[in-house]
Amino acid sequence: MSILTLSRRSVLSGSAALMASTALPARLWAQTPAKGGRLIVAADSEPRNLNPAMVASNGVFFVSSKVVEPLAEAFFDGKDGLEPRLATSWEGSDDGLTITFKLREGVMWHDGKPFTSADVAFSALQVWKPLQNLGRVVFKDLEAVDTPDDHTAVFRFSKPTPFQLIRNALPPLTSVLPKHIYETGEIDKNPANNAPVGTGPFKFAEHKAGEYYRLEKNSSYWGKDLPHLDEIVYRVLPDRAAAAGALEAEEIHLAAFSAVPLTDLARIAKVPGIEVVTRGYEALTYQLVVEINHRRKELADLKVRQAIAHAIDRKFVVDTIFLGYAAASTGPVPVNDKQFYTADVPQYAFDVAKANALLDEAGYKRGADGNRFSLKLLPAPYFNETRQFGDYLRQALAAVGIDAQLVNNDAAAHQKAVYTDHDFDLAIAPPVFRGDPAISTTILVQSGIPDGVPFSNQGGYKNEALDALIAKAAETLDPAARTELYWEFQKKVAEDLPLINVAEWGFISVARSSVKNIANNPRWVVSNWADIWVDS
Amino acid sequence: MIRIRTLILRRLVGAIPVLAIVSVGGFFLLEAAPGDAVDAYVAGIGGDAQMIDELRQAWGLDRSAAARLGFYLWSLAHLDLGQSVTFSRPVLDVVLERLPNTLLLMGSATALSFSVGSLLGLFAGSRPGNFRDRFLSIGSLALYAVPGFWLGLVLTVIFAVQLRWLPVSGIETIASGKQGVERGLDVARHLVLPVASLGFIYLALYLRVMRAGMAEAWRMDFVLAARARGVPRRRSAVRHVARNALLPLVTMLGLQSAAMLGGSVVIESLFSVPGLGRLAQEAVSARDTPLLLGIILTSAVMVILINLVVDCLYALLDPRVGASEASA
Repeated sequence: MSILTLSRRSVLSGSAALMASTALPARLWAQTPAKGGRLIVAADSEPRNLNPAMVASNGVFFVSSKVVEPLAEAFFDGKDGLEPRLATSWEGSDDGLTITFKLREGVMWHDGKPFTSADVAFSALQVWKPLQNLGRVVFKDLEAVDTPDDHTAVFRFSKPTPFQLIRNALPPLTSVLPKHIYETGEIDKNPANNAPVGTGPFKFAEHKAGEYYRLEKNSSYWGKDLPHLDEIVYRVLPDRAAAAGALEAEEIHLAAFSAVPLTDLARIAKVPGIEVVTRGYEALTYQLVVEINHRRKELADLKVRQAIAHAIDRKFVVDTIFLGYAAASTGPVPVNDKQFYTADVPQYAFDVAKANALLDEAGYKRGADGNRFSLKLLPAPYFNETRQFGDYLRQALAAVGIDAQLVNNDAAAHQKAVYTDHDFDLAIAPPVFRGDPAISTTILVQSGIPDGVPFSNQGGYKNEALDALIAKAAETLDPAARTELYWEFQKKVAEDLPLINVAEWGFISVARSSVKNIANNPRWVVSNWADIWVDS
Repeated sequence: MIRIRTLILRRLVGAIPVLAIVSVGGFFLLEAAPGDAVDAYVAGIGGDAQMIDELRQAWGLDRSAAARLGFYLWSLAHLDLGQSVTFSRPVLDVVLERLPNTLLLMGSATALSFSVGSLLGLFAGSRPGNFRDRFLSIGSLALYAVPGFWLGLVLTVIFAVQLRWLPVSGIETIASGKQGVERGLDVARHLVLPVASLGFIYLALYLRVMRAGMAEAWRMDFVLAARARGVPRRRSAVRHVARNALLPLVTMLGLQSAAMLGGSVVIESLFSVPGLGRLAQEAVSARDTPLLLGIILTSAVMVILINLVVDCLYALLDPRVGASEASA
């Protein structure tokens, strides 16, 4: 098990270890799983809607992915990096207009009704395409779903749609809902949104607001001899110090999503019976990005943007803010993405002298007070690290004569200021890379996005060549050609700097050593946990 | 008794404008905060422009602030607190679910700080200026200077993590199936640390008010007269001095109930107690106006009721109070 639990030193020794670990096969040891028992995990929030088919977000998946399953799950090794769930095979046509899914037979909904292709057709057309936050983009050209028999679903698209994109979108975007429960009444008012019914290894048992969620074993689960656990309980622990304390006091088994702050990890890793695990988040990479308002005259100048990129010491950010639990970025696709990443892009080494020279060249001389110009810097409040990077960036910019005024807001105020009112010059955002640039990455630089859309290009940046490239990649069917277009995309973004990618990170889990089979797929924390067990 | 009945009636009528001011004020304060409930929601999950528009319509946020305030007050006049945006449930249900936990926490903490504080104050004030008084006064001041969350964390590390005598957090053991007395004991065990963290801080106030009151009372004529009559010091400390010093303490009790509501926000988050304070914090960050106003109104009602009880107590303890109101 030492393979799973990197010590702090080995993580610090280089982000290479973190990234290389994604290539390790999942189940390297054999131990007979113990049956039964209750797993208690920390949850830091209670989503208002627990329906993963409508709200594709990690906070929702954390609980609901054990109850409602997607067509396929991400996998470290295996064809297309996928493992079958409700679909057993998937086949795309050469013209990009149809995809045929063979569905698993003998699967029952938690209420005892059989799972069929009608459920998939209903979910795709009534939920993913019209209602889901991410599906509205990926499935926008989905026209019909044919159901020739109970275990075949044929997706028909009105425009050629890359099979590669749909495949990459299967784990996060295709949670299947029971048609018989959702077909009457409004979908977004269905009581099952807060007490989900699915086909997963666990049934939703109860939610006591402010206290806990409880899931119970689904004894008629389709997976042979699965799940191992009798119960999963999510204890709501909004305070981060409380999560660490509860782990040490053995009140909970697991705190995921970096619920234990990075600064506590060194100490808690030394506690006997507790392990710090960095794997299991490879497909949920968060990126630390400086968003730029190109409406500002100074920032519309490429030289100024290059100067800012050169002013940031990425190594310092990784080592000091993320305490080594991150990697420096080169562009808009994270280093750990095996399909699309390319290192062949312009790089901006930390070089204060060069940054100063570029700013001088751009015509922004230092004034009497040593400042060239002032700007407003808005760090996103969602993570400690985004706020800390705001403090760092202010200092880094001061070193090159740019006076950054920090404006700290809470989530709602930040969303309004940056994405609706555009009342910022620089902002710090933590967008997520979701396995394919077309899902939620190209939107960060693409033009023509209406005001108010979060995690999108609201900086007024417009580059027709880049827009054309994004549009072309969206309809290129050949995976190799499509991947090449995204290499070009990465190069162009790094060249023209519509935004500046600084670092990328996955979350950290802290678990009691008695919890087995953790972190065994790239979306482990939001996967179904059928095989997790507790060694008593 | 007529005196007290008049007092209660007057206070209750007076409460109506107070509540109106509190709800309108709360509405505008939250309105002044940038961003609305939809902003807070999509900041967490993302979404496109159409989805955002649809949400604004569904949650009634596409209307003007005046229209929403009017609608809210109209519902309020019909004793309807409205729907919570984040919970998609009636505000009253959500609030009533959390209220008992907060009352339990606040009530226990108030009882702890009042009883221990006044008792220690009695010790300190029985001989003002001696070693015992100095020690207690300085000790309580030190305790008062400690932030509640820090005290909570330290107590947790010692008693829950190291010694494992008490649970780290929560209001009761999760899904334990305990009933009756067993459940009560379980809740009591969970309350020890949060009540101690909240109560110990306010203890200092009661101690100091009691001590100051007693120090002053020692110099009063009737006490001097009693001492001159040969009443033993210990006896006059309790019967004459402490009894007089108790009145301002009762006033403090009413005032502190509001302060304790504020303190419970921090303590409830720290100990994961599902109470009103934590709910208020969540309502603010989610910009859930109906829910926040519901919590503010509930808290205002609570403070008004507590002060009413205090006033009645006062009237019973001190015949002068309320006499003017009754005769007016």
